[in-house]
Amino acid sequence: MKLRKLAVAASVAAIGLSALFTTPAAFAAEEQFFPVLAYRTGAYAPNGTPWANGFVDYMKLTNARGGVNGVKMIWEECETGYATDRGVECYERLKGKHGGATAVQPLSTGITFALTEKAPVDKIPVITAGYGRSESQDGSVFGWNFPLVGTYWMGADVLVQHLAKKEGGFDKLKGKKIALVYHDSPYGKEPIALLQERAKMHGFDLSLLPVAHPGVEQKATWLQIRQNKPDYVFLWGWGVMNSTSIKEAQATGYPREKMYGVWWSGAEPDVKDVGDGAKGYNALAMQHGAEPNAKVVKEILEKLHAKGQGTGPKEEVGQVLYMRGVISSMLQVEGVRAAQGRYGKGKRITGEQMRWGLENINLDQKTLDSLGFAGVMRPVQTSCLDHMGSAWARIHTWDGKKWNFTSDWYQGDEKVLRPLVISTAGRYAEEKKIKRRTADDCKK
Amino acid sequence: MSFFLETLIGGLMSGMLYSLVALGFVLIYKASGVFNFAQGAMVLFAALSMARFSEWIPQWLGMDNLFMANVLAFAVSVAVMFIVAWLIERLVLRHLVNQEGATLLMATLGIAYFLDGVGQTIFGSDIYKIDVGMPKEPVMMLENVFEGGILINKEDFVAAFISAMLVLALTIFFQKTATGRALRAVADDHQAAQSIGIPLNRIWVIVWCVAGITALVAGVIWGSKLGAQFSLSTVALRALPVVILGGLTSVPGAIIGGLIIGVGEKLSEVYLGPYVGGGIEIWFAYMLALMFLLFRPQGLFGEKIIDRV
Repeated sequence: MKLRKLAVAASVAAIGLSALFTTPAAFAAEEQFFPVLAYRTGAYAPNGTPWANGFVDYMKLTNARGGVNGVKMIWEECETGYATDRGVECYERLKGKHGGATAVQPLSTGITFALTEKAPVDKIPVITAGYGRSESQDGSVFGWNFPLVGTYWMGADVLVQHLAKKEGGFDKLKGKKIALVYHDSPYGKEPIALLQERAKMHGFDLSLLPVAHPGVEQKATWLQIRQNKPDYVFLWGWGVMNSTSIKEAQATGYPREKMYGVWWSGAEPDVKDVGDGAKGYNALAMQHGAEPNAKVVKEILEKLHAKGQGTGPKEEVGQVLYMRGVISSMLQVEGVRAAQGRYGKGKRITGEQMRWGLENINLDQKTLDSLGFAGVMRPVQTSCLDHMGSAWARIHTWDGKKWNFTSDWYQGDEKVLRPLVISTAGRYAEEKKIKRRTADDCKK
Repeated sequence: MSFFLETLIGGLMSGMLYSLVALGFVLIYKASGVFNFAQGAMVLFAALSMARFSEWIPQWLGMDNLFMANVLAFAVSVAVMFIVAWLIERLVLRHLVNQEGATLLMATLGIAYFLDGVGQTIFGSDIYKIDVGMPKEPVMMLENVFEGGILINKEDFVAAFISAMLVLALTIFFQKTATGRALRAVADDHQAAQSIGIPLNRIWVIVWCVAGITALVAGVIWGSKLGAQFSLSTVALRALPVVILGGLTSVPGAIIGGLIIGVGEKLSEVYLGPYVGGGIEIWFAYMLALMFLLFRPQGLFGEKIIDRV
């Protein structure tokens, strides 16, 4: 009994001493903390895991490169299971750790909706690269949301542009039938506003077909598609819903060539299990696709995986969702770099300073090339008013074995997107009594 | 008309697949009076085992025969499910003999979480392929009778046939064998069954083994359709209205309940869905089951409970 008490006392003392000595030392080394809200278990794990692996690997690579002007990235992972309540719990648990979170990436539109009102209070930017609220592109209202590189409205706009090009012009879309098969959640509902706007403009018929979480039962949905015979099907799914949609399309004889997924419905986990049945299926590429030959991929393999320090399997490095994680991570690292440019190189920055950094990202092609992203993505330039920074996308198609790019680059049409963003953000500002930020506010 | 028939047939076939999962609930409830919340987790565990062993065995043995790989993987998965059943009896149920039903229900909830977690830890959380040669392309029938014919999903048809065979085998097992009768006796009253010499522990192992095999068959069929991945455990939620409707103690009830729910949810989604925004099939199934309960609280085929006061 005495021995047991002694052991407990020694353990407590050891923990206390280690906290005493290691915590200040950690701060002395200047570290930048990022919570990692991930999902490696549950219904969406097949898609969440590669993203998280890419996200973490790029932070490791940044540290292997010497950090950002010597400041090392540190992170702590929390499992959300893609559930909003668990996501908020993870955020609350991690936001104050290691001197405070620099930024947070929830990888869920539902969690993003929940954090949107918390971020201004906590002064922690919410980065949602390729997801989240589309109207949060308007930085004058959504001061803390950053839907970098793509919003769902932009994605949906590019899909309509692609169909118009395929059909020979926007006027040829008149009378066409487009069905949107979507995950019945805030995520899946996001593109509806833009598609309805485009449907009014061009006279195509839009039918909406929601699929309940997690999306494993879609027979009735695809029977309706078989009955209505739409000219095209847009797929806004996530996780197992994607592969189930493609399988049901096969089972009901709907041509996969006429299916277009959003960029969260166009990765290896969505098609590899379907094999030849997915041949011809198209999806948006949020700039990048599978990039096994990118310089950054080779560097990750060489500096991390070859040394046994990679996160996840080597074979996954360079796949679509892994690359999405890498790019999301790179954007936040570049936000830190931009902020350091103003607030002091080699210094740890706060969440508020990070916001300034994210609003002043200027990644030209030369910088992207030097970071190893040549051919992977196009330049990104954000501002106080534009929190997206880039509106480019293209289409890639599954050939039964791999994804291949099958279109040119498209840019989201600002003439269509901007009024929708401004009016929707304006309504939000009115409802929440938010005063739009002015040019002076942006300088702070 | 042809579209209505397609929806109806599609619903019937989905219903057969729900019945397969519902059977697992019924088997355990019939034999032990336990509402096994872990049935969905068992389906997932079995499917992951089948998928991964059919991938690993050819690598270990250096063989290139899909059929043999599937046979061996199925055999190994049966053994795995037997071990799971034995461990559940040994580590959980044995300690809960004669406890309240709610205690046993909570224990199975714990088993469900444990199996979900440990399954993904051992076998991984990706989507894994189960290729047992199920036909994927649809077939058109009655083209001369209806314009455009009726589309039948061959995979669903084969799956429904396998489900029907399994149901038949289980019905015979329960009604015609001594073990089946012993199982029913245990379900009626643990203590009374023990007093006439029925070994409770062995019976529980047997019934969990049978439920494990049912979960494996369901896992292989659902896994072949959807890929072996976590969402399979949620398939059990689709089977809940089936057992509510069919009655927890009836094997034929699980089948009829499955068919009613399958047809009901597909017809509701197709014909009512567009008027209420769609995506209604899941809650509609529960509503349908609850409506039945208003008139028959014990379910369609459940046993009426009569207590003397």
